[in-house]
Amino acid sequence: MRLVFITLLALILATVVGLGSTYMTATRGTDLGTLTIGAWTARPKSGTADVDPYSRASIARSGELPIGTGDGIAFSATTDDKKKPLDGRCDVVVSGVTPAARFWTLTLFDRKGHLVGNALQRYGFTSQEIVRGSDGAFEIRVAARSRAGNWLPTGGIERYALMLRLYDTPVGVATRTQRDAPMPSISTVGCP
Amino acid sequence: MIRLLFTIIAGVLLGGVVHLVSVLALPRIASQDAYSRLTPTTKLNAVTQLPLADPANSPMPFMDPAFAMAICRYDLSGGPIKLTVPVSQAYTSVSFYTRNEVAYYAINDRSAGRKVIELDLMTEAQHNELPEDEEVTAADRLIIDSPTSTGLILLKALAPEPGLMPQAQASLAASSCAVQSEPTPPPKQPEPAPAPPAPAPRGKR
Repeated sequence: MRLVFITLLALILATVVGLGSTYMTATRGTDLGTLTIGAWTARPKSGTADVDPYSRASIARSGELPIGTGDGIAFSATTDDKKKPLDGRCDVVVSGVTPAARFWTLTLFDRKGHLVGNALQRYGFTSQEIVRGSDGAFEIRVAARSRAGNWLPTGGIERYALMLRLYDTPVGVATRTQRDAPMPSISTVGCP
Repeated sequence: MIRLLFTIIAGVLLGGVVHLVSVLALPRIASQDAYSRLTPTTKLNAVTQLPLADPANSPMPFMDPAFAMAICRYDLSGGPIKLTVPVSQAYTSVSFYTRNEVAYYAINDRSAGRKVIELDLMTEAQHNELPEDEEVTAADRLIIDSPTSTGLILLKALAPEPGLMPQAQASLAASSCAVQSEPTPPPKQPEPAPAPPAPAPRGKR
């Protein structure tokens, strides 16, 4: 009787631990093979045939198609440079320069990967439509209310993610540091 | 007490095994992966334009709204696929995914180096069956080996400004993806085959 109980306990524990950790890694992702520059994170290997099993699991779970390496690379950020989560009610400034690429796009998503609705139907910027300073640097204001210049509306949602995608770029599997890929900074400048 | 401790350790160790197995199995059993999501709305071995990403409904999460996209869902069991994508003004790319969303190949307009991206997609077995003597075709055609017989091809055209979206969509609308109607090596028997033309001409050898 006791043996049955103990075996059952071990099996239940195994199921909970095993599936629980799988759920966690598939939902939150792992640090395996990530490239982190400032607040930005990318998984260059996700766009190649030797993608790691954890990335494959989270891709299958979310239902996205990862961007192929011959196409480009996707960086995402859910916090600012000081590790404060991006809050749609605050004013966040994304500024600086981007790594070499033929085109890039910056898009705002909610945490599940949906676009956030707004009256302007502006969900992001491309490198061509952005207004730049004379030195080529740009500044995007991510805020709930309209702002001068490059305004990216948040719709006032609490948590969002920014995705910077570089197309036709040398940035990829071989990139390691900020020197190879100067990413724009993200800073929260004011909260109501 | 010792026995309980032993049970817990055994449970956690076994849990590690369950974890590894389930992570490896997840891509195969997932029902909401991109291929499954796109299957009801896309045609097999043909180009289907995806609706533009918008907040209410987008076919997949994290889609780039600056792009016009189209999908060719392929099945190579009927023969190799020929893909033709005219290059749009700004930026065009073609990405290949296996049934389980592994991005095994991607190419953009600049690396293709022409006005039209032309590719032949086939399985390795079909590639090996190709006659090798035709050097002209080898130099002229870009051949991609698909690791699986089914999968997805994602065609993307960038609209650098919202106003250029119709152009990007038009260039994708002109693209094609179809099973090659290539005359397979001359028919062995000249007798008119009475069989209906439906079965695919393969597996002769």
